[in-house]
Amino acid sequence: MANKLKCSLCDAYATVHLTQIINNQIQKIDLCESCAQKKGVTDSEGFSLAEMLSNAEYQPYTEDKNCDSCGLTLAEFKKSGRFGCASCYESFESVLKPILDEMHIGNHHIGKMPVRSMKGICKEEKIKALKDKLSSAIKAEAYEDAALYRDELDALMQSSDDV
Amino acid sequence: MIEELIKKASSKSAKNSTKASSVVISSRLRLARNLKDSPFPNRANLAQKCDILSKIEAVLEEVSYMKKGYFFKMEELSSLEKKMLVERHWISRELSEIDEGSAVSISSDQLCSVMINEEDHLRIQFIKNGFNLNALWKTVNDFDDFLENKLPYAFSKDLGYITACPTNLGTGLRASVMMHLPGLSISDHIEKVIRASNQLGLAVRGLFGEGSDASGHIYQISNQQTLGESEKDILDRLAGVLKNIIEHELNARIKYYENNKEKLIDMVCRSFGILQNAHLINSDEAMNHLSFMRMAIDLGFLPEEFRRLIDYLFIEIQPGHIQYPDSNISVAFRDIKRAEILRNNFKKLPPLNFDK
Repeated sequence: MANKLKCSLCDAYATVHLTQIINNQIQKIDLCESCAQKKGVTDSEGFSLAEMLSNAEYQPYTEDKNCDSCGLTLAEFKKSGRFGCASCYESFESVLKPILDEMHIGNHHIGKMPVRSMKGICKEEKIKALKDKLSSAIKAEAYEDAALYRDELDALMQSSDDV
Repeated sequence: MIEELIKKASSKSAKNSTKASSVVISSRLRLARNLKDSPFPNRANLAQKCDILSKIEAVLEEVSYMKKGYFFKMEELSSLEKKMLVERHWISRELSEIDEGSAVSISSDQLCSVMINEEDHLRIQFIKNGFNLNALWKTVNDFDDFLENKLPYAFSKDLGYITACPTNLGTGLRASVMMHLPGLSISDHIEKVIRASNQLGLAVRGLFGEGSDASGHIYQISNQQTLGESEKDILDRLAGVLKNIIEHELNARIKYYENNKEKLIDMVCRSFGILQNAHLINSDEAMNHLSFMRMAIDLGFLPEEFRRLIDYLFIEIQPGHIQYPDSNISVAFRDIKRAEILRNNFKKLPPLNFDK
C-alpha cells in the first residue's frame, strides 16, 4: 500500500490535498479532515453556504429547531440554503447572524425602502411601544395612564389597515 | 403565442457603437421580492402558490408597460419551449424545471421579464443591450414602485427585502453584465481577471449563469453581496470594476494584434472559413468562431453593421432554438441544421478587410 501522507499541520493522516497556483508557482498542502475544516479549505470553489452551515461553530441549536410560522427545520435550511417564510429569519436569528456577516458587506439594510411596508412597520412599532407602556402602567397601578394607553392602542389598531 | 414571441425577437444591438459596447453585450438588473405573510415558493403548497400567482398576475395586468406582453404559465409550456426561454435569458433554468404554480410575464419590447414563484415570489428583470446600469436602474426602480403600491412586500427595516435565500437579502438586487472577452482569453489573462473580480466580491460565470461554461468567450459578471450597501453603491462598485475590465480587454486585443498579428488574422480567417463552409458544427465550436467574428468587427475587419447579426446568431444557434419546433431531432441533425443556418447567414458577409 502506498505511503499515506501526513497532515502538514498535525500528525494525523491527510485526507484533503489542496493544490493552488499562485503567480505561476504550484503550492501543495496536505491536511487532515479537522485541520482542513479549521482552515476553511474544504471548499475549493470559495464561498459555500452549505459548507458554512455544516461548520460546527454555527450550530447553537439542536437539529430539531423549527420555524414557529412555517415549521421549517434548521436541518432543512442547511440542506437547501433557503428559508421557508419571512418569519424564519426571526426563528433562526442567532444561526443567521454569523452567516450574514461573512456573506454580505454589512448586516443592516441600506438602500431602498418600500413606502407602504414602512407605514405598516411604523404602525407595528407604535403598537408594540404602546403595549409595553400599558403593561408597565398596569404594573405600577397607574390606572389613569393605563386607560389612556388602552384607548390610544384601540384607536391605532382600528385605524386603516391598508399596509 | 410563443412562436410569435420568438420570431419577433430580433437582436437589438446598441445603436451607437462605443468602445464599451464592443466589450459589453448586455446589462441586466434583477430584483427579488416576496409577498408578506405567504410562505416562499419552496415551502408553499400548490393552492398557496396558485393564490400568490393570481394576485401577482392581477397586478401585472394593471401595469401599462406589460399590457401588450406575454404571459406563460409553466405547465402550459413544453420543455423545448422552456429551454428556448432560458436561452433568451427570459427565465432561469430553475423556473424551467418547475411545472405547476409558476409563470413568467414578458413585456412586448422583450426588455422586461417577471418570474413568478421561482425561488422568490417575484423576480423582476430588465435586460438591455450595451453598458448602462444607471438608466436601467431607474426603469427597474419605477416598475418596482408600481408593484409595491399594489402588493404588500415582505420587508424589514434591518434586513431589507426578505428573500428565500439569505444571499439575496437587503436590496434583493443582482446586477449582471454580459461581457465578450476574447482578448483576455486568447492572451491567457482571463484567470487573473476572474480571480481579481472574485476578490472584489463579484461573481464571474458563463453565458447561462451558474454552472455554465464560458463558450464564445462570454462571461457574466455580477455583484454577490446585496446587504449593507445601497443600490447605487452596488451599481457604482460594479461599474468601476467593469470599466477596468473593459480597458484590460481592449489593451489585450491591441497587444495581441501587435505581437501576433499573423496568428490573430489566421484565427479570424479560419473561423470565417468554417462558418461559411461547415456542414456539421456543435454549439460550442460555433460559439467560439462567432466570438472571433465579433472581435473581427471590433478590429475593423468586418463592417460594424454585422455586429447585430453576430449577436443574434449567438442565441439562434443554441440547442433549443435549433431544435424548435421539433423536439425529437437528433444531436447530429442539430449540428447539420446549425451549420446550414450559419452558412446561409455568412454568405451575406463581405470578405474580411485587413487594410484598416
